[in-house]
Amino acid sequence: MLKISDLKVSYGMIEAIKGISFEVNNGEIVTLIGANGAGKTTTMHAISGLLKPRGGSITLDGTELTKLPPHRIVSMGLAQVPEGRRVFAQQTVEENLALGAYSRKDKNETASDLTEVFTLFPRLLERRKQMAGTLSGGEQQMLAMGRALMARPSILLLDEPSMGLSPLLVSEIFHIIEEINRKGTTILLVEQNAKRALAIADRAYVLETGLITLSGTGSELANDERVKKAYLGG
Amino acid sequence: MDFLSYLINGLGLGSVYAIIALGYTMVYGIAKMLNFAHGDVIMVGAYVAFFAISNLGLPLLPAVLLSIAVCTVLGVVIERLAYKPLRAASSLSVLITAIGVSYFLQNAAQLLWSSSTKVFPSVISNGGISWNGLTVSWLTLITISVCVLVMICLVLFINRTKTGRAMRACSEDKGASTLMGINVNLMISITFAIGSGLAAIASVLLCAAYPSVFPTLGAMPGIKAFTAAVFGGIGSIPGAFLGGLLLGVIEIFAKAYISTQLSDAIVFAVLILVLLIKPTGLLGKRIREKV
Repeated sequence: MLKISDLKVSYGMIEAIKGISFEVNNGEIVTLIGANGAGKTTTMHAISGLLKPRGGSITLDGTELTKLPPHRIVSMGLAQVPEGRRVFAQQTVEENLALGAYSRKDKNETASDLTEVFTLFPRLLERRKQMAGTLSGGEQQMLAMGRALMARPSILLLDEPSMGLSPLLVSEIFHIIEEINRKGTTILLVEQNAKRALAIADRAYVLETGLITLSGTGSELANDERVKKAYLGG
Repeated sequence: MDFLSYLINGLGLGSVYAIIALGYTMVYGIAKMLNFAHGDVIMVGAYVAFFAISNLGLPLLPAVLLSIAVCTVLGVVIERLAYKPLRAASSLSVLITAIGVSYFLQNAAQLLWSSSTKVFPSVISNGGISWNGLTVSWLTLITISVCVLVMICLVLFINRTKTGRAMRACSEDKGASTLMGINVNLMISITFAIGSGLAAIASVLLCAAYPSVFPTLGAMPGIKAFTAAVFGGIGSIPGAFLGGLLLGVIEIFAKAYISTQLSDAIVFAVLILVLLIKPTGLLGKRIREKV
């Protein structure tokens, strides 16, 4: 459903993404792993329209996304949970979730999606009147995910969802990602925690300094000697 | 009784500052820029109201509405032409551009309408309400009521509506707002539209009190309202309200009890004092660096 071909992104003179191609099929969990600075977040931002690519194409179910104004992309069915969560700290949990549904017009279904988000993240229900800035890191991650789900995306982009969380919370977040996928949302996951990411991924790509160097199923890459050495700690 | 009458007059003047300060603070909150041309939008609003009443013979209310319409469009056009191309530029470039727009508007007004002062027609009857020897003019009453009404509407709009929520989101994080599907440019345009519409309201209230219209008319109220916005905490809507009212009261008290000539100096001295003690202004939020 999401197809990236020969994508190139530059910051001024520096070419961060040097022509990458990959795709995410309906119902899959696909992960993009790589070291810091490999270009993972840049790729995510280009897909969501926050960065304008210098070349290449990004299509979602055949629609070219690079030609759309960035705020229109979410209504095409693509939502992103950005790196560092970026919740609206000075608004309540409820208001953050309402902002997630900003581009939707179907009020009744939005209300039922809100109930579903609260079922998935009961902690958010407890704290719905609280300012998002007062939540813990794990709660903010849940809020960022819930907020993205409020757009009812067909594909969800997750950028480093486990960053800065305790091992226990990391497990919880990964379980929830699988749960979201099981309910029918396609997932593109960017992670530094390669081990965890590969364990839940159907397919994976390795990104190194702006180029895709390896690809395969999650278990293939998890057992690949080069991946083991570079990303899985031996 | 004198004290009370000064206080009420101060609140009247402060209400005008507060309405203007809302324009500065809202634009700063969302676009993170100081729109120094805001005062000159007031001047344009005053000329439009003047011509509508004196030349077209319109009654007060339609004249105000016409002035609001013109200023709203002007605000949006200024943003589109002068500030939008600089969205990624340094804040210094934007500041210099804003000063440029300010001079452009002043000189355009001079060219179009000459530098000679025009006398704003008296639009609000002279009387007032008297009670136990205390007289409050209609103009002061109307000015304070308009300010309170504007404030209530604005707070409801910002806190209770979907667009208001989106505007607050943009002021916090434009990238994340875009990910929500919010059209950030549209939100900035709406902010300029509201701020400039309020400037038009302020211009009529100002000219009803000080009935002369000239090309640099907006400069002094503009700079004072900007001071009020900083005083209250720039970016904060209740801050602009509080800062405006306090500034008006301080100015009138300084005029009444200390010195007419030094009143402006006293006003700015108070600002400096407040900023020394609380650099974010009275209601300003401290910006915490995210880890």
